Amino acid sequence: MARVLVGVKRVIDYAVKIRVKPDKSGVVTDGVKHSMNPFDEIAVEEAVRMKEKKLASEVIAVSCGPAQSQETLRTALAMGADRAIHVEVVGAEYETMQPIHVAKILAKLSKDEKADIVIVGKQAIDDDSNQTAQMTAALLDWPQGTFASKVEKTDAGLTITREIDGGLETIKTKVPAVISADLRLNEPRYATLPNIMKAKKKTLKKMTAKDLGVDLAPRIKIVSVEDPPVRQAGSIVPDVDTLISKLKEGGHV
Amino acid sequence: MFPIRRVGNKILEQWRSPVVTAVKPRKSYSTEASPRPLTMLTDDELAMKETIRKLATEQIAPLVKKMEDEHKIDEGIRQMLFDNGLMGIETPAEYSGSGCGFLTMMLVVEELSRVDPAVAAYVDIHNTLVNSLFMKLGTEEQKKKYLTKLCTEYAGSFCLTEPTSGSDAFALKTVAKKDGNSYIINGSKMWISNSDVAGVFLVMANADPSKGYKGITCFIVERDTPGLSVAKPENKLGIRASGTCMVHFDNVKVPEENILGEYGHGYKYAAGFLNEGRIGIAAQMVGLCQGCMDATIPYTLDRKQFGKSIYSFQGISYQIAHLQTELEAARLLTYNAARLKENGQSFVKEAAMAKYFASEIAQTLTSKCIDFMGGVGFTRDFPQEKFFRDAKIGTIYEGTSNMQLQTIAKLIEKEYKQ
Repeated sequence: MARVLVGVKRVIDYAVKIRVKPDKSGVVTDGVKHSMNPFDEIAVEEAVRMKEKKLASEVIAVSCGPAQSQETLRTALAMGADRAIHVEVVGAEYETMQPIHVAKILAKLSKDEKADIVIVGKQAIDDDSNQTAQMTAALLDWPQGTFASKVEKTDAGLTITREIDGGLETIKTKVPAVISADLRLNEPRYATLPNIMKAKKKTLKKMTAKDLGVDLAPRIKIVSVEDPPVRQAGSIVPDVDTLISKLKEGGHV
Repeated sequence: MFPIRRVGNKILEQWRSPVVTAVKPRKSYSTEASPRPLTMLTDDELAMKETIRKLATEQIAPLVKKMEDEHKIDEGIRQMLFDNGLMGIETPAEYSGSGCGFLTMMLVVEELSRVDPAVAAYVDIHNTLVNSLFMKLGTEEQKKKYLTKLCTEYAGSFCLTEPTSGSDAFALKTVAKKDGNSYIINGSKMWISNSDVAGVFLVMANADPSKGYKGITCFIVERDTPGLSVAKPENKLGIRASGTCMVHFDNVKVPEENILGEYGHGYKYAAGFLNEGRIGIAAQMVGLCQGCMDATIPYTLDRKQFGKSIYSFQGISYQIAHLQTELEAARLLTYNAARLKENGQSFVKEAAMAKYFASEIAQTLTSKCIDFMGGVGFTRDFPQEKFFRDAKIGTIYEGTSNMQLQTIAKLIEKEYKQ
């Protein structure tokens, strides 16, 4: 049976209207509702289902971020993860933390915890990077099944159906492997009240990136964060000729 | 002496999407002795509140209209309530319950009421009246037999009121005549919530009318017991999805093991447990008001008349400010009564005050929200009219407003006479 490591990220809730800070250094996060990245919820759900099907022996949830990331980890525990690891990253280091840093952390933890499968959401809804799974796999030199919409575990390894531009691609990989969860992989469960109570008793280990030998020095510098340009009103044209002349006028043709 | 007045609307879209409120970061309170503000919840309570909010918004909201039109709570929703541990909130884990505290239960009722007060009523009555009675009074056998099923399989109903005894509850006429090792129950109960789907009924019947109300005893009666019949649901103004029916007992025979608690103590239990139920109703009214406001205020900020948003007119914003103040006061009364109970303190007066205040302000608040919405508020397409109709029951059930005032007045008299 496999040991599964799931990466979860604390992001601004999908329903919140994002506002840019007046100093253009980032978006407003103070006092704003945060929750688990929706694709990570799907990842946790998949891991828990594997455990329920007796394909996995243990599910370990990992999150890199400030103290509040523990809330995200508790949600994962309430959904069925067995234990959690919080890699505390705060302040300026957190502002410039990138998938490469997270990938290094996940890779080290996967080795330390002897994980067989790493599942993360395909991308986070705040940065839309879509890099962590791929980088983690590369660092570990493990096969990767990204944009997974179906995962089957067999004795030989994993059969993963991937959603790609042209349709669906099915690949087979050996284990250990890294998977990134796509939208249609499953529908995550709600944390039931009894499970929220049980989650309190599960272990949550805290550590730092330094404990894992990972350097969080920034690779990027945030120059400015701005709102997208306001959408201009369109105009309705009476016929195709007018359309073409308008397009020519605007220099689009 | 009866203030409750006033007050003052929005887009369906906004109502459909969850209202996101900030969760302020908090330092750990494990080492601090100073008490917390009432609205500052523990981590668990917050987690549960958020889960229920999500659940209610995603699963229940889309079905609210259908459930009202069909006069019943959707079966899928009922199953979901069981699956998520909402039908055994305080019940210990050994009986498949969720083992949470009383305030958590209030938070569940509040969050459900934001979306559908009828579903909240179903959950509240089942937990505060039926589960509580079993937990506090049940023998080990009774608990084993019923508590688990109540958490996982069926709802329960609490049968006290009759056609001729509402506020005058102890004037009930249903009798339980001893017959060897059994009791034969005869009578009719009225306005029984959840009775359309309940699997078990807690029936207050008089086992010794010569003793007056001191003969009232609580009996456990299973739905399929011969002689028990449930009439069709009443055609109500509000909380229409909550099935409220007459329940008839025609020579219903129950073994004496089915007495819950002690013989002749039923009147005490009825009075006692209704105090808890009262806080639940207060929570329902608070949630209902919140849901109504959440659907209205965004509209007032958006809707323009005379060149500006209607909220920018003090006639509207001042009324909203007043109503929100009353709502906050109602919430604090409710949370405090819940905390008093959790901490084993006396809470009867506070519970009555919470229920009285919350249900009274709900009448005006919901009515004013329709006003703020203008013409559209008067249509079924917008949620305010349902909240308005649902709020009406608040001042009536689980003790009318007058009965609450009576309770409060008596306790005040006692305090001052010492």
